[in-house]
Formats: sequence, C-alpha cells, structure tokens
Amino acid sequence: MSDSNTVYNYDSKVEGDIIFSRLDAVVNWVRQHSVWPMPMGLACCAIELMAAGGSRFDISRFGMEVMRFSPRQSDCMIVAGTVTYKMSEVVRRIYDQMAAPKWVVAMGACASTGGMYRSYAVLQGVDRIIPVDVYISGCPPRPEALLDGLMTLQKKIGREKSSRKLFTG
Amino acid sequence: MQDEFLNGLVESYDYLEKRSSVDWPAVNCPPDRLLEFLKMLRDVRGFDMLSDLTAIDNMDELPRFTVVYHLYDTQKHTLIRVASNCPEGEPPTMPTATGLWAGADWHEREAFDMFGIVFSGHPKLTRILMWDGYPHHPLRKDFPLAGKEVDLPAADVALATKEKVRPAPMAGGPFHSTPGGHMSESEPRGNDESWSEKKEKPSG
Ligand code: SF4
Repeated sequence: MSDSNTVYNYDSKVEGDIIFSRLDAVVNWVRQHSVWPMPMGLACCAIELMAAGGSRFDISRFGMEVMRFSPRQSDCMIVAGTVTYKMSEVVRRIYDQMAAPKWVVAMGACASTGGMYRSYAVLQGVDRIIPVDVYISGCPPRPEALLDGLMTLQKKIGREKSSRKLFTG
Repeated sequence: MQDEFLNGLVESYDYLEKRSSVDWPAVNCPPDRLLEFLKMLRDVRGFDMLSDLTAIDNMDELPRFTVVYHLYDTQKHTLIRVASNCPEGEPPTMPTATGLWAGADWHEREAFDMFGIVFSGHPKLTRILMWDGYPHHPLRKDFPLAGKEVDLPAADVALATKEKVRPAPMAGGPFHSTPGGHMSESEPRGNDESWSEKKEKPSG
C-alpha cells in the first residue's frame, strides 16, 4: 500500500543510481526540511522565539533556523506576540509579500486568540486576517512547544498534495 | 517641609488651590494661569523636568477633564503635581506645555489620543497610540473596554479579509487578579464566569 506521501527507501542493490518516489513525497521532503521562518516578533513571545534559536534549544536541529527578516526570502511566518489592530495592517502586508507556498504559525495565546488582551486595541486572533496552519498554546509557549509546533507544521507540509499545484500555480 | 513649601506656594499665588494628595505636594491651577505658573516652577523653583503629563476623566462631574502635570526637581529630588481643569465644552482644551518642555510633545499627543484633549499651540497634535483616523478616544469613561466596531486601519486589508475592528468578547471580564492566596486562585480571571463565547450570558 502506498499513497502520494509514502517515501520509498532507497535500495542500492535494486535501484542502482536511480531513486523511485512520488513527486509529492520529494517536493514535500524538500519543503519540510528547509522552512525559512519570518520572525514576526510583536511582544513577549518573541523572547521565547529567540531562545528557540539559541544553542540551548537549537531550532536548527530540525531544519528551520534560517530566520529571514525579508518576506521575499521566507515561507513560514511565526506570529509571536500580541497583534494590535494598528499592527494588523503590517502583518497582513508582510504575509502578502511572502512567496507561495507559505505557512503561518500562531505562537502563543495572543496570536491565537488575543490572549488576555480583551481590549479595544487588540486583534482577537491573527487568523482573522491571515490563514493559520498551526496554533501553539501558552503564554508564552516554551521553546520546546514552538519546536513541537514547527515539527507539527513539517508533518502538515508532508501531507500536502504539492505536485498538483506545482505547475498550475 | 513639604507642607511649608505648599503653604508658601499657595500664599504667593492666590489663584492656586491645594489639592488632596497622599504623597507629593499638589495644587489645582486655573488653565489661563497654567503656563505662567509652570514656567515659574521651572525657572524659579527648580522643577526642571516634566516627568509626566496625563489626564483624568471625571465623567459625571463638571468640569469633566483634568490635565495633570508631574514636575521633578533633578537637584533636590522632589516632585510636585499640578492639576488643571479643562474649560467645559467639546473638545476640551488646554494650552500646550511644549514651549516649556520639549518632552511634553508625546505626552500631549497621548492625552489627545486617549482623552480627546486638544492642546492648543501643539506643533503636531496627532494620535500616537491608535492609528490616524480612529474615531474614538478609548480612555474616556464612556468608552467600553471591549471597544466599538469601526473599520480596520487599512482599507485594502479590510477588503481582502472582510474584517473589522470588533468589540472584544469580554466573557465575564475584565480579567483581574485577586491579591493574596495561592497562585492558582489569584491568577487573573473574570468577575463573572457564568458565561463565555460558547455559553450565552444568563438573562435576568
Ligand atoms: S501570549 Fe503571553 S507571552 Fe505571548 S505575547 Fe501574549 S502576553 Fe506575551
């Protein structure tokens, strides 16, 4: 039994220099292991995001350490912090500027739901303006939780039917 | 010593009134004498730093708005609080203190943004926290904490997302912690937890 996501193991005796696989599996495997995050650090959660990049937690073990501050070079926006209505414009605009395929991680209570800020100034969840793939609970989430969220995102990317969209855009 | 200072001040400037205070000397000053009084405090009494400028909404009392100045003496390390009631009428107005302290600029913009107090003579009185074009003044007592429905700051984002600024679900809030007790009991929570986004507020 194999579906579009099965990764076939390479057996040199059988296959020689040729590897058989599904296009989806190859494309997803590539995408999954080079996630370039856009650190949208807006409040205290960004401190944990920075910790996740440090040597103790070391985000690069999972192939997603290349934080890019240019939306053109990144494909996963990590919204780490409180999104105010005033900032919502910027968040949406940066998301629009990121090249597809792109994903969004809502890190922490604020980005997911507005958190403890039930107030006139705060957007009650960033999913109101951009589509979110993974929500991470916590205020703030520990770096491990962020890593877990990003690994969940990798699994999600692995399940995508990416080749279908590859040539049609 | 503070009492002496305050009494002396009120005696020499007959337009002043003592203002109740638990810490530093405080006076009420009429708005038309405010600038000359602040200038005197700065130049003669040594209060060389404007450490804060804010406002109070008295809501049902008249006059409704009071602007409060905290001046600091960087040599003697003392503070004085000067309060001045805005004349009645909408918008409430107050002369700007930017001519005396450049630092008054952003404080006055904040008081304008939050309370709608117009500081006459201010070089560029625009909002500082909320976005330009926001129609309300959120720290006024008649403005609900949850906010009011208005358009998003950017028209194109509003169009693309069909979103608006919506009143936040309060769900028994505002959240506050009760002092003392075990952490699990004192963590922030709403006053009334009988309803939430998922459970309707019981009527009656
Ligand atoms: S979820 Fe908590 S830690 Fe994160 S931005 Fe909000 S308040 Fe700060």
